[in-house]
Amino acid sequence: MALDTRDVEKIAHLARLGIDPQDVPEYSRNLSDILAFVEQLNAVDTSGVEPLAHPLEATQRLRADIISEPNERETFQAVAPHTEAGLYLVPKVIE
Amino acid sequence: MYRRGLTELAVGLRAGDFSSVELTRACLDRVGRHDAALNCFITVTEAQALEAAHAADARLRAGDAGPLTGIPFAHKDIFCTKGVKTSCGSRMLDNFPAPYDATVTRRLQDAGAVMIGKTNMDEFAMGSSNETSYYGPVKNPWDLARVPGGSSGGSAAAVAARLVPAATGTDTGGSIRQPAALCGITGLKPTYGRVSRYGMIAFASSLDQGGTFTRSAGDAALLLAAMAGFDERDSTSVDRPVDDYPARLDAPLTGLRIGLPQEYFGAGLDTGVGAAIEAALAEYAKLGATLVDISLPNTRLAVPAYYVVAPAECSSNLSRFDGVRFGYRVEDPRDLTDLYTRSRGEGFGAEVKRRILIGTYALSAGYYDAYYLKAQQVRRLIRDDFLRAFEQVDVIMGPTTPSPAFRLGEKADDPVSMYLSDIYTIAANLAGLPALSIPAGFVDGLPVGLHVVGGYFTEAQLLNTGHRYQQVTDWHALIPAGYE
Repeated sequence: MALDTRDVEKIAHLARLGIDPQDVPEYSRNLSDILAFVEQLNAVDTSGVEPLAHPLEATQRLRADIISEPNERETFQAVAPHTEAGLYLVPKVIE
Repeated sequence: MYRRGLTELAVGLRAGDFSSVELTRACLDRVGRHDAALNCFITVTEAQALEAAHAADARLRAGDAGPLTGIPFAHKDIFCTKGVKTSCGSRMLDNFPAPYDATVTRRLQDAGAVMIGKTNMDEFAMGSSNETSYYGPVKNPWDLARVPGGSSGGSAAAVAARLVPAATGTDTGGSIRQPAALCGITGLKPTYGRVSRYGMIAFASSLDQGGTFTRSAGDAALLLAAMAGFDERDSTSVDRPVDDYPARLDAPLTGLRIGLPQEYFGAGLDTGVGAAIEAALAEYAKLGATLVDISLPNTRLAVPAYYVVAPAECSSNLSRFDGVRFGYRVEDPRDLTDLYTRSRGEGFGAEVKRRILIGTYALSAGYYDAYYLKAQQVRRLIRDDFLRAFEQVDVIMGPTTPSPAFRLGEKADDPVSMYLSDIYTIAANLAGLPALSIPAGFVDGLPVGLHVVGGYFTEAQLLNTGHRYQQVTDWHALIPAGYE
């Protein structure tokens, strides 16, 4: 499966990832090479094979629903680019 | 002092031959002298290191010391360190002092180990040469024109150049074992779930595992003992007692069955590397081991399966970098989409972007079954190959990499060729198995690594297997010219 430049732009938009327009052709080449390489998987018959999600087939461990962590809002917001009154600031979303 | 390994240094500290402060200063001096050329460190934490060394000396004097108390080490810059820049090799986190400690960071602190700095790495651990780092490539101390391997290249080069006796690393597809092989040191990737991933910046969560860089397997036993163990803060951590790794080191290898997969000795393997591995296997036969020919028929599918699973998980994990809560944020965004798009576009480098794009594509509507699900099915086939093999043999051996260290820039423009340098290491991550790389000779002055894969939670056996070999060989003790 080859990806053309429009495919790359669409995927980049889905990932909210800015790509310099002049770099798009190179991404399209690289990504097509990678997909061609990955294509080998299609030659394998995997009918009836259960997908392996966790190497040890462990399932999600559950814990009691109790508060275990203190509130560290100030610590965590100290590394944020813009905050005000305990809130993260972003550009205006609704006019 | 810098020529001695961790085990020997631990003995010297307890005997009072030297103090942790003296040892820490010696390491900092080595870094000062050599790191401008090697570029192993992103951050050197001199003041904190000396403070930790003073505290370690107090513990040593009080008789309250463990084997790592007072030992300087370098920490891969993927592990969160409270108040210290944790960049993950990326512009995205260049301004990020972690607000908390990773579990591995805390465990090593509690053991009294002295962190002297954070090491350079491929951006977000995505790379096999250390060339994708925002902070520039690390150089291989055996030949400064060559790569140290990646992604944990700074840690590997720092131990190889004797700047530190030990370092941490992480391994998602070979990121500990490949650089250990290319730099001529001992690297261990434990079983998935053995070392906590809490505070270890995530790349591909079902594959990532923290581990060790040391000069010898014996040294790795001491370091792993401090790092390993259940952690309720990591939902994939395995609740199972930690074996006594140092205690098992000297067990004889008589009767050890070593599996040699035919797929690891075929086309694509450098003849010099092949010859070094054959010589190492002959050494194991002399130690009493039995060599058994085996097959892992799905080997050739490991790299393609990995390059679906890893990018898919990466695209999901790296969606957290959005310019809002931490990390890089553009100036004057027009709107919210512009904030996300440009912060990510400017914060991430080319290889990270490639993987996010591949992963986003593989997970997008209509393609999930064809890519991610298919790769997870193939992953089971690869794991089942190993389970069948371990019914016949105790460990599996082969080369860690198909060739010795390549030149800087040689593969930088060809992602698929770069990905194939991890061809022998990736399967262990897909299967979640522990694996070790130990020095096993040289080709044209460049180190060769022997790869040893074991069954689940057989780290003690792997380290024993490495240690016995290191008792009868001295490849691991050789120091690159200019660093003696």
